[in-house]
Amino acid sequence: MKVGLFVPCYIDQFYPQIAVATLQLLEKHGCEVGFPLNQSCCGQPMANSGCESDSKATAKLFVENFKEFDYIVGAAPSCVGFVQEHYDIIPQTEEVKHVREKIYDITEFLLDILKIEKIDAKFPYKVGLHQSCHAQRGMRMAQSSEINGPAFSKQRQILEMVEGLQFIELDRTDECCGFGGTFCVSEDAVSAKMGKDRVADHERNGAEVITGGDVSCLMHLEGVIRRQNKNIKMVHLVEILNNTSPTP
Amino acid sequence: MNHAQAATQFIKDEARTDWHDKALWFVRYKRDIQTKKVPEWEQLRELASQIKANVLSELDSYLIQFEENALKNGVHVHWAKDAHEHNDIILNILKAKGVRKMVKSKSMLTEECHLNPYLIQNGIDVIDTDLGERIIQLRDETPSHIVLPAIHLKKEDVGETFYKYLGSEKGASDPKYLTEVARGHLREQFLTADAALTGVNFAVAETGGFVVCTNEGNADLGAHLAPIHIASMGMEKLIPRQSDLGVFLRLLARNATGQPITTYSSHFLKPNNGQEMHIVIVDNGRSEQLGREDFRKSLYCIRCGACMNTCPVYRRSGGHSYSYTVPGPIGSILSPGIDLKKHSSMPFASTLCGSCTDVCPVKIDIHHQLYKWRQIIAKEGDFPLSKKIMMKVMGFMLSHPKFYRFAGKMARTALPIMPRFMLYNNLNAWGKEREIPQAPKQSFREWYLKNRE
Repeated sequence: MKVGLFVPCYIDQFYPQIAVATLQLLEKHGCEVGFPLNQSCCGQPMANSGCESDSKATAKLFVENFKEFDYIVGAAPSCVGFVQEHYDIIPQTEEVKHVREKIYDITEFLLDILKIEKIDAKFPYKVGLHQSCHAQRGMRMAQSSEINGPAFSKQRQILEMVEGLQFIELDRTDECCGFGGTFCVSEDAVSAKMGKDRVADHERNGAEVITGGDVSCLMHLEGVIRRQNKNIKMVHLVEILNNTSPTP
Repeated sequence: MNHAQAATQFIKDEARTDWHDKALWFVRYKRDIQTKKVPEWEQLRELASQIKANVLSELDSYLIQFEENALKNGVHVHWAKDAHEHNDIILNILKAKGVRKMVKSKSMLTEECHLNPYLIQNGIDVIDTDLGERIIQLRDETPSHIVLPAIHLKKEDVGETFYKYLGSEKGASDPKYLTEVARGHLREQFLTADAALTGVNFAVAETGGFVVCTNEGNADLGAHLAPIHIASMGMEKLIPRQSDLGVFLRLLARNATGQPITTYSSHFLKPNNGQEMHIVIVDNGRSEQLGREDFRKSLYCIRCGACMNTCPVYRRSGGHSYSYTVPGPIGSILSPGIDLKKHSSMPFASTLCGSCTDVCPVKIDIHHQLYKWRQIIAKEGDFPLSKKIMMKVMGFMLSHPKFYRFAGKMARTALPIMPRFMLYNNLNAWGKEREIPQAPKQSFREWYLKNRE
């Protein structure tokens, strides 16, 4: 099984350790992983700002980079979801359709494609899980609190395999962190307030670590935590699953 | 002032912002408890959504059927193509009967049409009788929420308002006392009014009747006491059958305020003896919205206001930060169709978190419509040139990996050595309350080339 490693631009430039963890995790579970060197971004920032047509060239480049792989995996539901949902902005060739169909977020790939049942990792800390809106309400990787249906969360399910990890429960299980793409600067007052409130919820409920699947949310929350000198660590869930997470 | 600027003003009082956020979240919380008691809740939503889809696809025939039945019931039916016609029709009805004072129950449509100022200019005394509406009418404000029009005010603010306008005790803030003051004041208005106006929550095509939902009974008091009852209704308020109320009445109050049903669900069919009943059916841009395929579903809305209660941006910016009468997520997909340039900032007042879509009782794809309006606004609306250029530059950079890598390298090299005052200043909206990520020495690609190639 040839897997193309998709490394979103934020991760590539600011959080390389998350991409290293993703790569190692895939290899540990028997995947042959390739990293196309000419990749950049999925194109979402322009599209969410109303400029979908400025995303087309980036989308085409993405497909060019990943068309040869059996699966494409990234550690970012938001970016993966954008490819799945919004790559209708370019003509639907077989290659585009293939990429849209075979792209997965790492959590879903491990659970639904590789069907892993255990993880060799230990993380004996109190962890708050921030489920990104795109993972939850976009890709339906977890039940959203608005819907009347059975509770489930794939990110939680996989983290439950980690030895010693203890979840803290939030007052508001799935409130948005406030990042929202260019919203974070065009509506900076509301965005920062939402970030502060989200961090406060985790802190109030005793989190030593906040984890999640989307780097954009984590980057935003980390920005708040560092400004406020809070004693909370921010790590991506692949770092925990790969046993390479910094500890509190 | 655009939404971001108004929101910045609102948030300056952080304690009040927290209070506003919590007050609305509490309504959302009550809604969750109540809706989870109904095992078939999701089926009800689906059914309601399908009924509305049917109504909109056959709207012309349902409207005619409704008119025919209402006429048979002895009701006068009027058609208004826009806000001006709506206001004019009502003024003419009132003038013909020599009405000097009219009581009104809550109607967002009349807010949308700015009926009150129009009638007052023309010498009619208009009294809002919904408690929240009356409070903001006294204060000369607009509603900040479609179900809870005075949710931006604390009980102390209400005490101050009643002291100023209704002569209550100074400094009073006891809700029971204030409610009694309002009750005493409003009784007088009900008894002396010559006409009553209500909104319409649901109009039933097969009977020509309509239903008005209130918690205060003020619609009934007004409509039964006054010799003239006028009902203003948006043309999308139709449902085909009386039995469909069994779907919508179960959804509305549960989703709006977490009540199993509104205290009063008043069914009106025909005028009482000696009374006149009028229905004004209003288009005001609805036909045009019906013609926009991507945005048609916005007309499913039953005005429960749950998308406001759940919206993390609305809760932290308040209803008055939006440029349209209907604020929040639903307002942000209705308003661009009314005036694209004026309301250009509204669809951007969202993180696209999707909570509005999941909470909607008629399954309007609100956040997808926000995304689609953004695409239109970037082309035709009031969209900052600087942003347009920035997106072009980003689009170029991200599709040319060499430029992307060069820009990334520059940023990672510059960030650690730049003095703090250059990084954190007014030009950096991110940095006002957040730190910039710490730049690693090498990108993942650089690591990969060194360690794997």
